[in-house]
Amino acid sequence: MPLLSVSGVSVHFGGVVALDGVSFGVPSGSILGLIGPNGAGKTTLFNCLSRLYPCDSGDIVFDGRSLLRVPRHGIAALGIGRTFQNLALFRSMTVRENILVGRHCRTRSGFFRNFLRPPGVAREERETSEKAQALIRLLELEAVADARVASLPFGTQKRVELARALAAEPRLLLLDEPASGLNHEEVGALGALVRGIRDRLGLTVLLVEHHMSLVMSISERVVALNFGRKIAEGTPAEVQRDPELIQAYLGSGA
Amino acid sequence: MSRRQRIVFAVVLALACALPFLVSNYRTFQFTLVLVYAIALLGLNILTGYNGQISLGHGAFYAIGAYSAAILMDRFGVPYWATLPVAGAVCLVAGFLFGLPALRLEGLYLALATFALGVSLPQLLKYHHFEKWTGGVQGIVITKPDPPFGLALSQDQWLYFFTLVVALGLFWLARNLLRGRVGRALMAIRDHPIAAEAMGIHTAMVKSITFGVSAMYTGIAGALGAIAVQFVAPDSFNIFLSITFLIGIVIGGLASITGALYGALFIQFVPNIADELSKAAPWAIFGVVLIGFVYLLPAGVAGGIRMALARWRAKRQNI
Repeated sequence: MPLLSVSGVSVHFGGVVALDGVSFGVPSGSILGLIGPNGAGKTTLFNCLSRLYPCDSGDIVFDGRSLLRVPRHGIAALGIGRTFQNLALFRSMTVRENILVGRHCRTRSGFFRNFLRPPGVAREERETSEKAQALIRLLELEAVADARVASLPFGTQKRVELARALAAEPRLLLLDEPASGLNHEEVGALGALVRGIRDRLGLTVLLVEHHMSLVMSISERVVALNFGRKIAEGTPAEVQRDPELIQAYLGSGA
Repeated sequence: MSRRQRIVFAVVLALACALPFLVSNYRTFQFTLVLVYAIALLGLNILTGYNGQISLGHGAFYAIGAYSAAILMDRFGVPYWATLPVAGAVCLVAGFLFGLPALRLEGLYLALATFALGVSLPQLLKYHHFEKWTGGVQGIVITKPDPPFGLALSQDQWLYFFTLVVALGLFWLARNLLRGRVGRALMAIRDHPIAAEAMGIHTAMVKSITFGVSAMYTGIAGALGAIAVQFVAPDSFNIFLSITFLIGIVIGGLASITGALYGALFIQFVPNIADELSKAAPWAIFGVVLIGFVYLLPAGVAGGIRMALARWRAKRQNI
Protein backbone atom coordinates (compact mmCIF):
# COMPACT_ATOMS: atom_id res chain seq x y z
CA MET A 1 0.00 0.00 0.00
CA PRO A 2 1.35 3.47 -0.80
CA LEU A 3 2.26 5.75 2.10
CA LEU A 4 0.25 8.55 0.53
CA SER A 5 -2.65 8.08 -1.82
CA VAL A 6 -4.43 10.89 -3.56
CA SER A 7 -7.73 9.77 -5.04
CA GLY A 8 -9.99 11.80 -7.24
CA VAL A 9 -9.03 15.15 -5.74
CA SER A 10 -10.74 18.19 -7.27
CA VAL A 11 -10.33 21.84 -6.28
CA HIS A 12 -12.20 24.79 -7.76
CA PHE A 13 -11.45 28.46 -7.25
CA GLY A 14 -14.64 30.19 -8.29
CA GLY A 15 -15.17 28.94 -11.82
CA VAL A 16 -11.57 27.86 -12.32
CA VAL A 17 -10.78 24.18 -12.01
CA ALA A 18 -7.37 23.97 -10.34
CA LEU A 19 -7.41 20.20 -9.84
CA ASP A 20 -9.72 17.82 -11.66
CA GLY A 21 -9.99 14.31 -10.24
CA VAL A 22 -6.29 13.73 -9.69
CA SER A 23 -5.28 10.29 -8.38
CA PHE A 24 -1.89 8.76 -7.70
CA GLY A 25 0.01 7.00 -4.95
CA VAL A 26 3.42 7.62 -3.43
CA PRO A 27 5.04 4.28 -2.52
CA SER A 28 6.76 4.19 0.85
CA GLY A 29 10.46 5.00 0.62
CA SER A 30 10.30 6.35 -2.93
CA ILE A 31 10.96 9.73 -4.49
CA LEU A 32 8.05 10.79 -6.64
CA GLY A 33 8.39 13.80 -8.92
CA LEU A 34 5.33 15.89 -9.69
CA ILE A 35 5.77 17.89 -12.88
CA GLY A 36 3.75 20.04 -15.20
CA PRO A 37 3.75 23.48 -16.80
CA ASN A 38 2.96 26.62 -14.81
CA GLY A 39 -0.58 26.59 -13.52
CA ALA A 40 -0.89 22.82 -13.87
CA GLY A 41 -2.03 22.50 -10.25
CA LYS A 42 1.12 21.18 -8.59
CA THR A 43 1.30 23.73 -5.80
CA THR A 44 -2.48 23.55 -5.36
CA LEU A 45 -2.10 19.85 -4.70
CA PHE A 46 0.66 20.55 -2.17
CA ASN A 47 -1.54 23.04 -0.44
CA CYS A 48 -4.30 20.44 -0.23
CA LEU A 49 -1.85 18.07 1.40
CA SER A 50 -0.96 20.76 3.97
CA ARG A 51 -4.67 21.54 4.38
CA LEU A 52 -4.15 25.14 3.27
CA TYR A 53 -6.85 24.62 0.65
CA PRO A 54 -9.94 22.47 1.14
CA CYS A 55 -10.61 19.72 -1.43
CA ASP A 56 -14.00 19.92 -3.11
CA SER A 57 -14.09 16.20 -3.72
CA GLY A 58 -11.89 13.14 -3.45
CA ASP A 59 -9.73 12.00 -0.58
CA ILE A 60 -6.12 12.10 0.54
CA VAL A 61 -5.04 9.18 2.69
CA PHE A 62 -1.73 9.16 4.55
CA ASP A 63 -0.74 5.94 6.26
CA GLY A 64 -4.34 4.72 6.33
CA ARG A 65 -5.77 7.99 7.63
CA SER A 66 -7.71 10.64 5.72
CA LEU A 67 -6.01 14.01 5.92
CA LEU A 68 -9.22 15.87 5.21
CA ARG A 69 -10.31 15.59 8.81
CA VAL A 70 -6.96 16.68 10.23
CA PRO A 71 -6.53 20.39 11.10
CA ARG A 72 -3.66 22.29 9.50
CA HIS A 73 -1.57 22.29 12.62
CA GLY A 74 -2.03 18.53 12.99
CA ILE A 75 -0.35 17.60 9.71
CA ALA A 76 3.23 17.92 10.96
CA ALA A 77 2.64 15.59 13.91
CA LEU A 78 1.33 12.87 11.55
CA GLY A 79 4.73 12.87 9.88
CA ILE A 80 4.34 15.15 6.88
CA GLY A 81 6.92 17.90 6.51
CA ARG A 82 7.14 20.46 3.76
CA THR A 83 9.13 23.27 2.23
CA PHE A 84 7.60 26.21 0.40
CA GLN A 85 8.06 27.40 -3.15
CA ASN A 86 9.08 30.96 -2.24
CA LEU A 87 10.57 30.24 1.19
CA ALA A 88 8.49 30.61 4.32
CA LEU A 89 11.16 30.99 6.95
CA PHE A 90 10.80 32.90 10.22
CA ARG A 91 12.91 35.75 8.96
CA SER A 92 13.79 37.58 12.14
CA MET A 93 14.89 34.37 13.84
CA THR A 94 18.25 32.65 13.57
CA VAL A 95 18.94 29.49 11.61
CA ARG A 96 19.04 27.52 14.84
CA GLU A 97 15.76 28.99 16.09
CA ASN A 98 14.05 28.17 12.81
CA ILE A 99 15.14 24.56 13.12
CA LEU A 100 14.05 24.49 16.78
CA VAL A 101 10.56 25.64 15.71
CA GLY A 102 10.59 22.70 13.31
CA ARG A 103 10.59 20.40 16.35
CA HIS A 104 7.46 22.02 17.78
CA CYS A 105 5.25 19.07 16.89
CA ARG A 106 7.66 16.61 18.55
CA THR A 107 7.69 18.44 21.87
CA ARG A 108 4.92 19.00 24.37
CA SER A 109 5.51 21.65 27.02
CA GLY A 110 2.87 24.41 27.04
CA PHE A 111 2.51 27.89 28.50
CA PHE A 112 2.27 26.85 32.12
CA ARG A 113 5.26 24.54 32.14
CA ASN A 114 7.32 26.97 30.08
CA PHE A 115 6.67 29.70 32.63
CA LEU A 116 8.01 27.59 35.47
CA ARG A 117 10.55 25.63 33.45
CA PRO A 118 10.78 22.58 35.70
CA PRO A 119 13.61 20.06 35.04
CA GLY A 120 11.44 18.16 32.55
CA VAL A 121 11.13 21.22 30.33
CA ALA A 122 14.84 22.01 30.59
CA ARG A 123 15.56 18.42 29.53
CA GLU A 124 13.17 18.69 26.60
CA GLU A 125 14.92 21.91 25.56
CA ARG A 126 18.31 20.22 25.74
CA GLU A 127 17.18 17.30 23.59
CA THR A 128 15.62 19.71 21.11
CA SER A 129 18.87 21.66 20.87
CA GLU A 130 20.87 18.49 20.31
CA LYS A 131 18.56 17.37 17.49
CA ALA A 132 18.80 20.83 15.93
CA GLN A 133 22.59 20.76 16.17
CA ALA A 134 22.66 17.40 14.38
CA LEU A 135 20.62 18.86 11.52
CA ILE A 136 22.84 21.95 11.38
CA ARG A 137 25.76 19.57 10.84
CA LEU A 138 23.89 17.39 8.35
CA LEU A 139 23.04 20.38 6.17
CA GLU A 140 26.41 22.09 6.71
CA LEU A 141 24.95 25.18 8.33
CA GLU A 142 27.48 25.42 11.20
CA ALA A 143 29.00 28.69 9.99
CA VAL A 144 25.66 30.49 9.90
CA ALA A 145 23.84 28.68 12.73
CA ASP A 146 23.35 31.80 14.83
CA ALA A 147 22.82 34.28 12.00
CA ARG A 148 19.40 35.69 11.23
CA VAL A 149 18.01 33.84 8.21
CA ALA A 150 16.98 37.05 6.44
CA SER A 151 20.66 37.96 6.05
CA LEU A 152 21.61 34.70 4.28
CA PRO A 153 21.88 33.93 0.56
CA PHE A 154 18.87 32.31 -1.06
CA GLY A 155 20.50 28.91 -1.51
CA THR A 156 21.43 28.77 2.17
CA GLN A 157 17.92 29.75 3.19
CA LYS A 158 16.61 26.82 1.16
CA ARG A 159 18.87 24.48 3.12
CA VAL A 160 17.57 26.02 6.36
CA GLU A 161 14.02 25.34 5.26
CA LEU A 162 14.92 21.74 4.51
CA ALA A 163 16.55 21.39 7.93
CA ARG A 164 13.46 22.88 9.58
CA ALA A 165 11.22 20.38 7.77
CA LEU A 166 13.50 17.48 8.77
CA ALA A 167 13.49 18.61 12.41
CA ALA A 168 9.91 17.32 12.72
CA GLU A 169 11.15 13.82 11.79
CA PRO A 170 8.70 13.49 8.90
CA ARG A 171 8.03 10.22 7.13
CA LEU A 172 6.85 12.06 4.04
CA LEU A 173 8.71 15.14 2.86
CA LEU A 174 6.99 17.52 0.46
CA LEU A 175 9.46 19.67 -1.46
CA ASP A 176 7.93 22.53 -3.43
CA GLU A 177 10.39 23.55 -6.16
CA PRO A 178 13.55 23.09 -4.12
CA ALA A 179 15.73 23.99 -7.14
CA SER A 180 14.09 27.30 -8.00
CA GLY A 181 16.51 30.19 -7.67
CA LEU A 182 19.54 27.92 -7.31
CA ASN A 183 22.51 28.03 -9.69
CA HIS A 184 23.69 25.08 -11.76
CA GLU A 185 26.12 23.69 -9.18
CA GLU A 186 23.67 24.10 -6.34
CA VAL A 187 21.06 22.12 -8.29
CA GLY A 188 23.51 19.26 -8.74
CA ALA A 189 24.32 19.25 -5.03
CA LEU A 190 20.61 19.43 -4.17
CA GLY A 191 19.87 16.24 -6.11
CA ALA A 192 22.56 14.36 -4.23
CA LEU A 193 21.38 15.88 -0.95
CA VAL A 194 17.73 14.84 -1.41
CA ARG A 195 18.71 11.29 -2.33
CA GLY A 196 21.19 11.14 0.53
CA ILE A 197 18.65 12.30 3.06
CA ARG A 198 16.04 9.90 1.75
CA ASP A 199 18.45 6.95 2.04
CA ARG A 200 19.80 7.99 5.41
CA LEU A 201 16.54 8.83 7.12
CA GLY A 202 14.33 6.36 5.25
CA LEU A 203 11.98 9.07 4.04
CA THR A 204 9.41 9.18 1.29
CA VAL A 205 9.70 12.27 -0.88
CA LEU A 206 7.13 14.04 -3.02
CA LEU A 207 8.85 16.63 -5.14
CA VAL A 208 7.32 19.40 -7.23
CA GLU A 209 9.90 20.69 -9.63
CA HIS A 210 10.33 22.60 -12.87
CA HIS A 211 13.92 21.60 -13.26
CA MET A 212 13.45 18.57 -15.53
CA SER A 213 16.92 17.09 -15.33
CA LEU A 214 16.77 17.16 -11.52
CA VAL A 215 13.35 15.48 -11.41
CA MET A 216 14.30 12.85 -13.96
CA SER A 217 17.60 12.05 -12.25
CA ILE A 218 16.37 11.59 -8.69
CA SER A 219 12.75 10.42 -8.98
CA GLU A 220 11.78 6.77 -9.15
CA ARG A 221 8.35 7.69 -10.42
CA VAL A 222 6.97 10.80 -12.06
CA VAL A 223 3.41 12.12 -12.24
CA ALA A 224 2.65 14.85 -14.80
CA LEU A 225 -0.20 17.31 -14.43
CA ASN A 226 -1.62 19.74 -16.95
CA PHE A 227 -4.63 22.03 -16.46
CA GLY A 228 -5.38 20.25 -13.20
CA ARG A 229 -5.52 16.76 -14.72
CA LYS A 230 -3.07 13.92 -14.54
CA ILE A 231 -1.73 13.37 -18.03
CA ALA A 232 1.04 10.85 -17.44
CA GLU A 233 2.48 8.62 -14.74
CA GLY A 234 5.38 6.18 -14.72
CA THR A 235 9.13 5.93 -14.49
CA PRO A 236 11.09 8.98 -15.68
CA ALA A 237 11.96 7.17 -18.90
CA GLU A 238 8.33 6.26 -19.63
CA VAL A 239 7.02 9.72 -18.87
CA GLN A 240 9.63 11.44 -21.02
CA ARG A 241 8.35 9.54 -24.02
CA ASP A 242 4.72 10.33 -23.32
CA PRO A 243 3.25 12.23 -26.27
CA GLU A 244 0.73 14.16 -24.18
CA LEU A 245 3.46 15.43 -21.88
CA ILE A 246 5.67 16.48 -24.76
CA GLN A 247 2.74 18.36 -26.19
CA ALA A 248 1.97 20.02 -22.88
CA TYR A 249 5.51 21.32 -22.58
CA LEU A 250 6.30 22.15 -26.18
CA GLY A 251 2.85 23.06 -27.52
CA SER A 252 0.84 21.38 -30.24
CA GLY A 253 3.29 22.35 -33.01
CA ALA A 254 5.97 19.98 -31.74
CA MET B 1 22.79 34.04 31.33
CA SER B 2 26.40 34.59 30.42
CA ARG B 3 28.94 35.60 33.07
CA ARG B 4 28.87 39.20 31.93
CA GLN B 5 25.05 39.29 32.01
CA ARG B 6 25.07 37.89 35.55
CA ILE B 7 27.43 40.63 36.69
CA VAL B 8 25.33 43.36 35.06
CA PHE B 9 22.18 41.90 36.59
CA ALA B 10 23.75 41.74 40.08
CA VAL B 11 24.97 45.35 39.85
CA VAL B 12 21.59 46.63 38.63
CA LEU B 13 19.78 44.69 41.34
CA ALA B 14 22.11 46.06 44.04
CA LEU B 15 21.50 49.60 42.76
CA ALA B 16 17.75 48.96 42.68
CA CYS B 17 17.86 47.82 46.32
CA ALA B 18 19.94 50.81 47.41
CA LEU B 19 17.81 53.32 45.51
CA PRO B 20 15.01 53.96 48.06
CA PHE B 21 17.62 54.80 50.72
CA LEU B 22 19.31 57.35 48.48
CA VAL B 23 16.35 59.35 47.18
CA SER B 24 13.27 61.01 48.67
CA ASN B 25 10.02 59.18 49.31
CA TYR B 26 8.47 60.93 46.34
CA ARG B 27 11.24 59.74 44.01
CA THR B 28 10.90 56.25 45.50
CA PHE B 29 7.21 56.38 44.63
CA GLN B 30 8.13 57.38 41.07
CA PHE B 31 10.50 54.43 40.78
CA THR B 32 7.74 52.16 42.08
CA LEU B 33 5.68 53.38 39.14
CA VAL B 34 8.61 52.63 36.81
CA LEU B 35 8.51 49.02 38.00
CA VAL B 36 4.73 48.95 37.61
CA TYR B 37 4.98 50.27 34.05
CA ALA B 38 7.79 47.83 33.30
CA ILE B 39 5.44 44.94 34.14
CA ALA B 40 2.66 46.45 32.03
CA LEU B 41 5.04 47.01 29.11
CA LEU B 42 6.40 43.49 29.39
CA GLY B 43 2.83 42.26 29.04
CA LEU B 44 2.21 44.38 25.96
CA ASN B 45 5.59 43.41 24.52
CA ILE B 46 4.77 39.70 24.81
CA LEU B 47 1.69 40.36 22.69
CA THR B 48 2.92 42.98 20.23
CA GLY B 49 6.68 42.57 20.15
CA TYR B 50 6.90 38.78 20.33
CA ASN B 51 3.59 37.64 18.89
CA GLY B 52 2.96 40.48 16.42
CA GLN B 53 -0.54 41.31 17.65
CA ILE B 54 -0.87 45.06 18.02
CA SER B 55 -2.90 46.46 20.89
CA LEU B 56 -4.00 50.07 21.22
CA GLY B 57 -6.16 49.20 24.19
CA HIS B 58 -3.95 47.74 26.88
CA GLY B 59 -4.89 50.58 29.17
CA ALA B 60 -8.20 48.73 29.52
CA PHE B 61 -6.52 45.68 31.06
CA TYR B 62 -4.46 47.95 33.28
CA ALA B 63 -7.74 49.53 34.41
CA ILE B 64 -9.42 46.17 35.01
CA GLY B 65 -6.46 45.11 37.15
CA ALA B 66 -6.50 48.41 39.04
CA TYR B 67 -10.24 48.26 39.70
CA SER B 68 -10.07 44.59 40.71
CA ALA B 69 -7.52 45.47 43.38
CA ALA B 70 -9.35 48.60 44.52
CA ILE B 71 -12.76 46.92 44.76
CA LEU B 72 -11.36 43.90 46.58
CA MET B 73 -9.57 46.09 49.10
CA ASP B 74 -12.30 48.69 49.50
CA ARG B 75 -15.47 46.56 49.49
CA PHE B 76 -14.25 43.17 50.62
CA GLY B 77 -11.34 44.01 52.85
CA VAL B 78 -8.95 41.76 50.97
CA PRO B 79 -5.27 42.43 51.85
CA TYR B 80 -3.40 44.31 49.11
CA TRP B 81 -1.00 41.48 48.25
CA ALA B 82 -3.86 39.02 47.76
CA THR B 83 -5.46 41.25 45.12
CA LEU B 84 -2.62 40.65 42.66
CA PRO B 85 -3.38 37.02 41.77
CA VAL B 86 -7.08 37.86 41.49
CA ALA B 87 -6.41 40.87 39.24
CA GLY B 88 -4.07 38.68 37.17
CA ALA B 89 -6.66 35.90 36.85
CA VAL B 90 -9.47 38.31 35.93
CA CYS B 91 -7.33 39.88 33.20
CA LEU B 92 -6.09 36.51 31.98
CA VAL B 93 -9.68 35.48 31.34
CA ALA B 94 -10.68 38.90 29.95
CA GLY B 95 -7.68 38.95 27.63
CA PHE B 96 -8.28 35.39 26.44
CA LEU B 97 -11.94 36.15 25.71
CA PHE B 98 -11.02 39.32 23.85
CA GLY B 99 -8.30 37.42 22.00
CA LEU B 100 -10.76 34.89 20.56
CA PRO B 101 -12.68 37.26 18.27
CA ALA B 102 -9.47 39.23 17.68
CA LEU B 103 -8.09 36.13 15.92
CA ARG B 104 -10.02 37.15 12.83
CA LEU B 105 -8.36 40.56 12.79
CA GLU B 106 -4.89 41.40 11.57
CA GLY B 107 -2.67 44.44 11.75
CA LEU B 108 -4.56 47.71 11.52
CA TYR B 109 -7.94 46.06 12.03
CA LEU B 110 -6.76 44.56 15.30
CA ALA B 111 -5.41 47.99 16.22
CA LEU B 112 -8.87 49.45 15.71
CA ALA B 113 -10.63 46.72 17.69
CA THR B 114 -8.27 47.12 20.64
CA PHE B 115 -8.59 50.90 20.35
CA ALA B 116 -12.35 50.46 20.69
CA LEU B 117 -11.74 48.49 23.89
CA GLY B 118 -9.39 51.11 25.29
CA VAL B 119 -11.66 54.00 24.47
CA SER B 120 -14.88 52.46 25.75
CA LEU B 121 -13.77 50.97 29.06
CA PRO B 122 -13.35 54.25 31.02
CA GLN B 123 -16.95 55.13 30.20
CA LEU B 124 -18.21 51.70 31.26
CA LEU B 125 -16.49 52.25 34.61
CA LYS B 126 -18.65 55.33 35.08
CA TYR B 127 -21.86 53.42 34.35
CA HIS B 128 -24.19 54.16 37.25
CA HIS B 129 -25.39 50.58 37.75
CA PHE B 130 -21.80 49.60 38.60
CA GLU B 131 -21.39 52.58 40.93
CA LYS B 132 -21.91 50.46 43.99
CA TRP B 133 -18.56 48.80 43.29
CA THR B 134 -16.68 51.25 41.10
CA GLY B 135 -17.56 54.47 42.88
CA GLY B 136 -18.62 55.96 39.56
CA VAL B 137 -16.87 59.14 38.44
CA GLN B 138 -15.46 59.62 41.95
CA GLY B 139 -13.50 56.38 41.80
CA ILE B 140 -12.18 54.59 44.87
CA VAL B 141 -9.64 55.76 47.42
CA ILE B 142 -7.57 53.02 49.02
CA THR B 143 -5.08 53.15 51.86
CA LYS B 144 -1.39 52.63 51.41
CA PRO B 145 -0.15 49.44 53.07
CA ASP B 146 2.20 49.63 56.04
CA PRO B 147 5.41 47.62 56.02
CA PRO B 148 4.89 44.22 57.70
CA PHE B 149 6.93 42.53 60.47
CA GLY B 150 7.76 45.94 61.99
CA LEU B 151 10.28 46.66 59.24
CA ALA B 152 11.87 50.08 59.62
CA LEU B 153 10.79 51.29 56.20
CA SER B 154 8.53 54.09 55.07
CA GLN B 155 5.31 53.10 53.28
CA ASP B 156 6.81 54.21 49.97
CA GLN B 157 9.99 52.24 50.55
CA TRP B 158 8.07 49.13 51.50
CA LEU B 159 5.81 49.38 48.45
CA TYR B 160 8.86 49.86 46.26
CA PHE B 161 10.43 46.64 47.55
CA PHE B 162 7.15 44.77 47.32
CA THR B 163 6.77 45.88 43.69
CA LEU B 164 10.40 45.03 42.98
CA VAL B 165 9.93 41.45 44.18
CA VAL B 166 6.74 41.02 42.15
CA ALA B 167 8.44 42.52 39.08
CA LEU B 168 11.47 40.22 39.45
CA GLY B 169 9.19 37.20 39.69
CA LEU B 170 7.15 38.19 36.66
CA PHE B 171 10.24 39.01 34.60
CA TRP B 172 11.77 35.65 35.52
CA LEU B 173 8.60 33.83 34.43
CA ALA B 174 8.44 35.79 31.18
CA ARG B 175 12.07 35.07 30.43
CA ASN B 176 11.46 31.34 30.91
CA LEU B 177 8.43 31.46 28.66
CA LEU B 178 10.04 33.48 25.89
CA ARG B 179 13.29 31.56 25.59
CA GLY B 180 11.58 28.19 25.35
CA ARG B 181 9.25 26.32 23.03
CA VAL B 182 6.32 28.67 23.54
CA GLY B 183 8.41 31.80 23.00
CA ARG B 184 9.69 30.43 19.70
CA ALA B 185 6.12 29.60 18.69
CA LEU B 186 5.06 33.19 19.44
CA MET B 187 7.80 34.60 17.23
CA ALA B 188 7.17 32.02 14.50
CA ILE B 189 3.52 33.10 14.35
CA ARG B 190 4.59 36.74 14.14
CA ASP B 191 7.08 36.07 11.33
CA HIS B 192 5.06 33.63 9.20
CA PRO B 193 1.71 32.33 10.45
CA ILE B 194 1.21 29.83 7.62
CA ALA B 195 4.62 28.26 8.09
CA ALA B 196 4.03 28.24 11.85
CA GLU B 197 0.90 26.14 11.33
CA ALA B 198 2.77 23.84 9.00
CA MET B 199 5.25 23.28 11.85
CA GLY B 200 2.36 22.06 14.00
CA ILE B 201 1.73 25.24 15.99
CA HIS B 202 -1.93 25.65 16.92
CA THR B 203 -1.86 29.30 15.89
CA ALA B 204 -5.35 30.25 17.04
CA MET B 205 -4.92 28.72 20.49
CA VAL B 206 -1.45 30.17 21.02
CA LYS B 207 -2.58 33.65 19.96
CA SER B 208 -5.60 33.66 22.29
CA ILE B 209 -3.60 32.40 25.27
CA THR B 210 -0.91 34.99 24.50
CA PHE B 211 -3.57 37.68 24.60
CA GLY B 212 -4.62 36.37 27.99
CA VAL B 213 -1.07 36.20 29.37
CA SER B 214 -0.33 39.68 28.08
CA ALA B 215 -3.47 41.06 29.70
CA MET B 216 -2.59 39.21 32.92
CA TYR B 217 0.78 40.99 33.14
CA THR B 218 -0.75 44.37 32.41
CA GLY B 219 -3.57 43.68 34.88
CA ILE B 220 -1.18 42.80 37.70
CA ALA B 221 0.67 46.02 36.89
CA GLY B 222 -2.66 47.87 37.12
CA ALA B 223 -3.33 46.39 40.55
CA LEU B 224 0.14 47.38 41.79
CA GLY B 225 -0.32 50.83 40.28
CA ALA B 226 -3.64 51.29 42.09
CA ILE B 227 -2.05 50.28 45.41
CA ALA B 228 0.86 52.67 44.83
CA VAL B 229 -1.28 55.64 43.73
CA GLN B 230 -3.94 54.82 46.39
CA PHE B 231 -6.67 55.86 44.02
CA VAL B 232 -8.53 54.65 40.94
CA ALA B 233 -10.86 56.72 38.78
CA PRO B 234 -12.13 56.15 35.24
CA ASP B 235 -10.25 59.13 33.84
CA SER B 236 -6.86 57.81 34.96
CA PHE B 237 -7.24 55.06 32.38
CA ASN B 238 -8.14 56.93 29.23
CA ILE B 239 -6.94 55.98 25.76
CA PHE B 240 -3.81 58.04 26.28
CA LEU B 241 -2.56 55.42 28.73
CA SER B 242 -2.85 52.73 26.04
CA ILE B 243 -0.93 54.87 23.56
CA THR B 244 1.70 55.55 26.22
CA PHE B 245 2.21 51.80 26.67
CA LEU B 246 2.70 51.39 22.95
CA ILE B 247 5.23 54.24 22.97
CA GLY B 248 6.98 52.51 25.87
CA ILE B 249 7.51 49.19 24.11
CA VAL B 250 8.66 50.80 20.86
CA ILE B 251 11.12 53.14 22.64
CA GLY B 252 12.30 50.37 24.96
CA GLY B 253 12.67 47.85 22.16
CA LEU B 254 10.14 45.48 20.61
CA ALA B 255 10.55 41.80 21.42
CA SER B 256 12.98 42.57 24.22
CA ILE B 257 12.55 41.74 27.89
CA THR B 258 14.90 44.43 29.17
CA GLY B 259 13.29 46.85 26.73
CA ALA B 260 10.24 46.91 29.02
CA LEU B 261 12.37 48.53 31.75
CA TYR B 262 13.88 51.15 29.43
CA GLY B 263 10.44 51.95 28.07
CA ALA B 264 9.07 52.31 31.60
CA LEU B 265 11.83 54.77 32.54
CA PHE B 266 10.97 56.73 29.42
CA ILE B 267 7.22 56.94 29.94
CA GLN B 268 7.63 57.75 33.64
CA PHE B 269 10.32 60.43 33.44
CA VAL B 270 10.33 62.02 29.99
CA PRO B 271 6.88 63.66 30.41
CA ASN B 272 8.04 64.98 33.83
CA ILE B 273 11.26 66.37 32.40
CA ALA B 274 9.35 67.92 29.51
CA ASP B 275 7.01 69.52 32.04
CA GLU B 276 9.91 71.01 33.94
CA LEU B 277 11.49 72.38 30.77
CA SER B 278 8.38 74.09 29.52
CA LYS B 279 5.15 74.58 31.36
CA ALA B 280 3.59 76.03 28.22
CA ALA B 281 4.27 73.23 25.75
CA PRO B 282 5.47 70.06 27.54
CA TRP B 283 3.99 67.82 24.85
CA ALA B 284 5.94 69.64 22.16
CA ILE B 285 9.13 68.83 24.07
CA PHE B 286 7.95 65.26 24.61
CA GLY B 287 7.28 64.99 20.87
CA VAL B 288 10.75 66.22 19.98
CA VAL B 289 12.39 63.77 22.41
CA LEU B 290 10.21 60.98 21.03
CA ILE B 291 11.20 61.73 17.45
CA GLY B 292 14.82 61.93 18.55
CA PHE B 293 14.67 58.47 20.13
CA VAL B 294 12.90 56.92 17.15
CA TYR B 295 15.41 58.49 14.78
CA LEU B 296 18.57 57.62 16.73
CA LEU B 297 17.47 54.24 18.10
CA PRO B 298 15.20 52.70 15.48
CA ALA B 299 15.34 49.31 17.25
CA GLY B 300 14.58 50.88 20.63
CA VAL B 301 16.96 51.37 23.53
CA ALA B 302 17.44 47.60 23.92
CA GLY B 303 18.23 47.27 20.20
CA GLY B 304 20.66 50.18 20.40
CA ILE B 305 22.50 48.61 23.35
CA ARG B 306 22.62 45.26 21.54
CA MET B 307 24.13 46.87 18.44
CA ALA B 308 26.64 48.92 20.43
CA LEU B 309 27.77 45.76 22.27
CA ALA B 310 28.12 43.83 19.02
CA ARG B 311 30.21 46.66 17.53
CA TRP B 312 32.38 46.84 20.63
CA ARG B 313 32.95 43.09 20.56
CA ALA B 314 33.83 43.12 16.86
CA LYS B 315 36.29 45.95 17.49
CA ARG B 316 37.93 44.09 20.33
CA GLN B 317 38.36 40.99 18.20
CA ASN B 318 40.06 42.99 15.47
CA ILE B 319 42.71 44.39 17.79
